[in-house]
Amino acid sequence: MNQPMLEIKNLHAGVEGKQILKGVDLTINAGEVHAVMGPNGSGKSTLAAVLAGREGYEVTEGQVLYCGKDLLEMDPEERAREGVFLAFQYPVEIPGVNTTYFLKAALNEIRKHKGESELDAMEFLSLVKEKMKILHLPEDCLKRSVNDGFSGGEKKRNEIFQMAVLEPKLAILDETDSGLDIDALKVVSEGVNKLKRLDNAQFVITHYQRLLNYIIPDYVHVLFDGRVVKSGGKELALELEERGYESLMSHELQPA
Amino acid sequence: MSTATETIEGLVRQEYKYGFYTDVEVDAAPPGLNEDIIRLISRKKNEPDWLTEWRLKAYRHWLTLKEPTWLKVRHEPIDYQSIVYYSAPKKKSDGPRSLEEVDPKLIETYEKLGIPLKERERLAGVAVDAVFDSVSVATTFRETLAAKGIVFCSFSEAVREHPDLVRKYLGMVVPYTDNFFASLNSAVFTDGSFCYIPKGVRCPMELSTYFRINAANTGQFERTLIVAEEGAHVSYLEGCTAPMRDENQLHAAVVELIALDRAEIKYSTVQNWYPGDENGRGGIYNFVTKRGLCKGRNSKISWTQVETGSAITWKYPSCVLQGENSVGEFYSVAVTNNYQQADTGTKMVHIGKNTRSTIISKGIAAGHGQNSYRGLVQVRPGAMNARNFSQCDSLLIGNKCGAHTFPYIEVKNKTSSVEHEATTSKIGEDQIFYCNQRGIATQDAVNMIVNGFCKEVFKELPMEFAVEAQKLLGVSLEGSVG
Repeated sequence: MNQPMLEIKNLHAGVEGKQILKGVDLTINAGEVHAVMGPNGSGKSTLAAVLAGREGYEVTEGQVLYCGKDLLEMDPEERAREGVFLAFQYPVEIPGVNTTYFLKAALNEIRKHKGESELDAMEFLSLVKEKMKILHLPEDCLKRSVNDGFSGGEKKRNEIFQMAVLEPKLAILDETDSGLDIDALKVVSEGVNKLKRLDNAQFVITHYQRLLNYIIPDYVHVLFDGRVVKSGGKELALELEERGYESLMSHELQPA
Repeated sequence: MSTATETIEGLVRQEYKYGFYTDVEVDAAPPGLNEDIIRLISRKKNEPDWLTEWRLKAYRHWLTLKEPTWLKVRHEPIDYQSIVYYSAPKKKSDGPRSLEEVDPKLIETYEKLGIPLKERERLAGVAVDAVFDSVSVATTFRETLAAKGIVFCSFSEAVREHPDLVRKYLGMVVPYTDNFFASLNSAVFTDGSFCYIPKGVRCPMELSTYFRINAANTGQFERTLIVAEEGAHVSYLEGCTAPMRDENQLHAAVVELIALDRAEIKYSTVQNWYPGDENGRGGIYNFVTKRGLCKGRNSKISWTQVETGSAITWKYPSCVLQGENSVGEFYSVAVTNNYQQADTGTKMVHIGKNTRSTIISKGIAAGHGQNSYRGLVQVRPGAMNARNFSQCDSLLIGNKCGAHTFPYIEVKNKTSSVEHEATTSKIGEDQIFYCNQRGIATQDAVNMIVNGFCKEVFKELPMEFAVEAQKLLGVSLEGSVG
């Protein structure tokens, strides 16, 4: 039970031959909320992509253990079925595929993987109705095609709604705050907070501190040039906001 | 081809020198086409003189034609003199004796489609003595239809039993002079289906070649004729959802539909002939002429097709909207994977007043497939207030395939309105990854997106057909995304 949920050890990864992550170390336990902050180009989104198994990203060194298993060995869909969920920075539109149908297929894949019975249409619908309340999502979103013609805010809410339905063990939120106005930000954060449990963990990737006013992290990590250069409590986020990455980093990176 | 066949052909050829055509005992005609061959076919089928003459006229006309070159497909030249135009139905002993002898890839496909074991044997042409119950199914089925005055039989049988009907309607919609392949078909067709729905009768069930046991070996030149009298309704399903392996290279079928006043004909096809292998070797050349005539007022003809098979598909199910207020519809899904090529679409010819037509075409190209939509909307001068709506969507999977749209619009009446919409989209890696990240495997993701793309057409198919068409599409596109 004391096994960490996620252990990232000395992770080096890149895309198209360009090294982006240069030795990331990070450990996340169940019940915790971690935030990763960092300037543009520091490797935040690469980290999320590598964890989710996106094609085109090459791991050159290091290891990632998820509940003790080698995460990097798994196919993307297997990671998802094992409980790793990525809330996309840019949710993808899939015209012609009904949202309800999509989500039911996803949930049933996960249930099958866990050895649980698949939900039929009625059972699924009642589950979905209950979860929709959390995100104040209009019902017609379900009848539309996946993210097709959704506004920016609706897309982000739809991500968190999917997270509510799929109940992942590890949720990675990639810049969920980007493109959201303050009201949408509140709704989304509220949703995320309601989904927090003792047996799951949240990994929040953000550029700005303002999201962390609503999603309170237990730990904050600063990613800079492909490495975690500083870790601390939630007050670190405020410090960053005040001083900016540059001054913090120039100070931190001075040779000892 | 097996050596046994070669030997037969050799023997037949030998006989030919001495005038084989007087010998009624031969099983197969020698390869090649001439008037004697056509007379032989006609005599083999005990056809009346008028039909023999009709075939010969078609043949003579065909000799004046050249194979069309305007289509956007490439293939080796077809040697029409190397084709065997008549062979007696295969004997059971020629087929594989058990499923073990059948190509395992074919069996695998049947399994994926969920086809029952008995059925698989029948489809693969296994020589089973008790071919499931189709005999009794067919019999009860025929009795029900006969009670309503509906005629549903093979074309040959129709020529024998209902010569007046056949003579009246044959060639009314697709005359033997129509085009190269239709002329060829008119000269050499061996069998097909005939269907006649009398005045005011609504056919109580979907008519399907599936139920007609003698449909299995109708050969490569099929001829189908469906006539719906005033106020009659019929829904006809053609083809088989399981892949039929056929060694014949060339298929040239003709389908004619005739709808009189207030009559309605719905014709659904799932075409799944052998598409050739992953490298584009083999496969059927499918050159088909399908046309419906809305002869009467308020009549309606609706074509729905799902085309996943054949190396080459050349097919334009069309509607001639002659009767006032008549309606023509065309719903199509055409898939090309590997090296398949499809040049398909429709023609809507508006002649009568207030005629309406709808065209929904969905082309899917994967692998090295080339998919073309070619359509004509023609509004003749007398077609007051004619209306057409066309939508042609293409979906690309991968980056080695192609989608092409060739819409032709000819309008000669100012009160008419014609609308055309077209889109092209691609299944992106980001869409696949998004699905993967939700636990959905790549192949399932492709199926989901493709089915979503096709749903406007699938909803036009009869229920059980729609389910099988979806599965079939999945099988056809298997492995299309790396």
